[in-house]
Amino acid sequence: MLSYPTVRTSLIFLAIALVGLLFADIAITANNPWRDLGNFFLGVLTPNFFSSEGLLTALLRTVAFAFVGVTVGAICGFLLALVYRFLPVRIFCAFIRAIHELFWALIFLQFFGFHPLTGVLAIAIPYSGIFAKVYSEILEEADPEPGRLLPPGTGTIAAFLYTKIPDCWVQLRTYTAYRLECGLRSSAILGFVGLPTLGFYLETSFSQGIYSDAGAMLILFYVLIATIPLWVKPKLLPVYILGAPFFLGDGLPIVWGNVERFFTQDIVPSPLRDGEGLVGLIPWLNELMIEQALPGIWNTVILTQIALVATGILALLAFPLISNHFGGPIRRTSGHVFLVIARSTPEYILAYILLQLWGPSMLPAVVALALHNGGIIGHLIGRQTNTIRLRSDAPHGFNRYGWELVPRIYRAFLAFLFYRWEIIMRETAILGILGIYTLGFYVDSAIQSIRFDQAMVLILITAMLNIGVDILGRFIRRKLALQTMPTC
Amino acid sequence: MAGFDLSGLTASFGGERVIGPLTLTVKEGDQVALVGKSGAGKSTLIRLIHQRVDRESSLVPQELGLVNALPVFHNVFMGQLDKHATWYNTVTLIRPFKQDRMQIAELLDALRMSEKLWIPTASLSGGQRQRVAIARALYRNAPVLLADEPISALDGPMAHHVMKLLKDRFKTSVIALHDVDMAMKYCNRIVGIQDGQVALDEPTERLTAADIMSLY
Repeated sequence: MLSYPTVRTSLIFLAIALVGLLFADIAITANNPWRDLGNFFLGVLTPNFFSSEGLLTALLRTVAFAFVGVTVGAICGFLLALVYRFLPVRIFCAFIRAIHELFWALIFLQFFGFHPLTGVLAIAIPYSGIFAKVYSEILEEADPEPGRLLPPGTGTIAAFLYTKIPDCWVQLRTYTAYRLECGLRSSAILGFVGLPTLGFYLETSFSQGIYSDAGAMLILFYVLIATIPLWVKPKLLPVYILGAPFFLGDGLPIVWGNVERFFTQDIVPSPLRDGEGLVGLIPWLNELMIEQALPGIWNTVILTQIALVATGILALLAFPLISNHFGGPIRRTSGHVFLVIARSTPEYILAYILLQLWGPSMLPAVVALALHNGGIIGHLIGRQTNTIRLRSDAPHGFNRYGWELVPRIYRAFLAFLFYRWEIIMRETAILGILGIYTLGFYVDSAIQSIRFDQAMVLILITAMLNIGVDILGRFIRRKLALQTMPTC
Repeated sequence: MAGFDLSGLTASFGGERVIGPLTLTVKEGDQVALVGKSGAGKSTLIRLIHQRVDRESSLVPQELGLVNALPVFHNVFMGQLDKHATWYNTVTLIRPFKQDRMQIAELLDALRMSEKLWIPTASLSGGQRQRVAIARALYRNAPVLLADEPISALDGPMAHHVMKLLKDRFKTSVIALHDVDMAMKYCNRIVGIQDGQVALDEPTERLTAADIMSLY
């Protein structure tokens, strides 16, 4: 077995995660975590949908921010995809998508304040970068032959509309729809930094211990995601897209003086601002690196590696839940429900809930990341096993799992896992805002104490780290010759 | 100018020469059949000629090059995208103009598939798809036809019908064919290709089927 590169790579990652566990801060610090967890589940079982009007408004705002943000992101992303072959465009897109929606929101909050533009841009900017990359990959896959056959002198636009778009249309539509679902999740968690979406409502109910309200919100959110095919219809899309901007709420007006101050003073490194010049910059950077960036990077990397392996283990354990090769319809239905819940809950919300219940440590973050990402990968490979036809005398039970199925799906499984590596790291960094000592923690503290110059450097470092992991992940995927599709 | 005079035609694949160097002169009114074993280099030669006389030719490649997601109408209309402004082409994509609809319907009628006008090409059979690519070449209406096995997926009567149509509509053509009888019947000049070289080049009336069979 050790001669397989895929097995060796897996064992190396497992070893790294085990070593990481020695350094990680994994503990349950709450006094009575199980009672709190019990109260929470009781809240979910006894949801209260009528406690205030706030819930419906929050739901409406969540949908509105998602639609406006994703639409703007899709349009900009499409335009960027047309010029994606130029290196500066690729670098620009890699950079804007390496910064998490919540970080963008935190940045815009500092100068636009609680204006709807903050929420829209927080979604639209990183999504533009993602759309640009995936759209350009899809367009590249189009059959080049019809384009070559066009009469010479055909305009570029006509050629594009006739030979590229129709060929890619289905894929473009599928991917955009998938991103809309992600947009709803992103929009919901923007509430955690104060925008008027579901996250805000959840945080309020949680901090007051009103678990029934929180439960109602979660249930509504699942229903919203699960019913997307019912309420997002091609014919209704123009209505949603044109209508959504009117439901973003008014927020607070933009103070343009703040915008100017942010760019000309706030984010200028303090030694430069105070006239110490470049001489003062080096000790300033040094201190920032040693006291904030390095501990942040260390914790982010450790947590990412543990969460990655936990995600993998959970996905491998979870996929039989929806696989046709095991058990009966009752198990499969409940398996589907479990995986849908796991993957539609944003990891940020999961981490928030677990952190409230178990107290601050890396454990809630690992469990949240593993549940969400493991749910996604488990669902994808579980569905893949349903296309496998086994010989009729194939073994049953655990032997079927270990001998027939896992070897067949292992490469696809690894491809998905390495594809999500960068996503897990981006999330790990952002979970710091909840009080785990990853990079997000240091960014958030810097912003809280109005050290925007330091916050910007830390966000840049986070982006670089994400880009680095993305490159490494792609390198490993290529080395192991793993194929992935973009919709994962 | 409808004829062409090409010299020094060569093509290599994986470092190995598959065509030429060869010289081919085609005069206006020449209806050339390219014959030879499969792998002799007929398709490559068609491609090479197309590269040289791009502006002047209507091409029917072996792989057809249809946009599967578009209906038959639009696939045929693509033959004249260069004749219209961008706005006209864009509107046509959404709602075709009447004159184009009639023109293309007529063309499909001649190919006996007018009922398929609005069907996406993806759902057509192999023979129907081949006729769509031929319709596109006819609609393009260039002075020279370059076709690579244009009747390979058509049944007997339809194959004769299409070959006759191509003979009537294009005064000058180069058609790769593996069917020697078709070549003798619908072309006035036979060019035999063997190992990437011209092994035979005669007017049809001077040849018998047996002369051509020596190439195989």
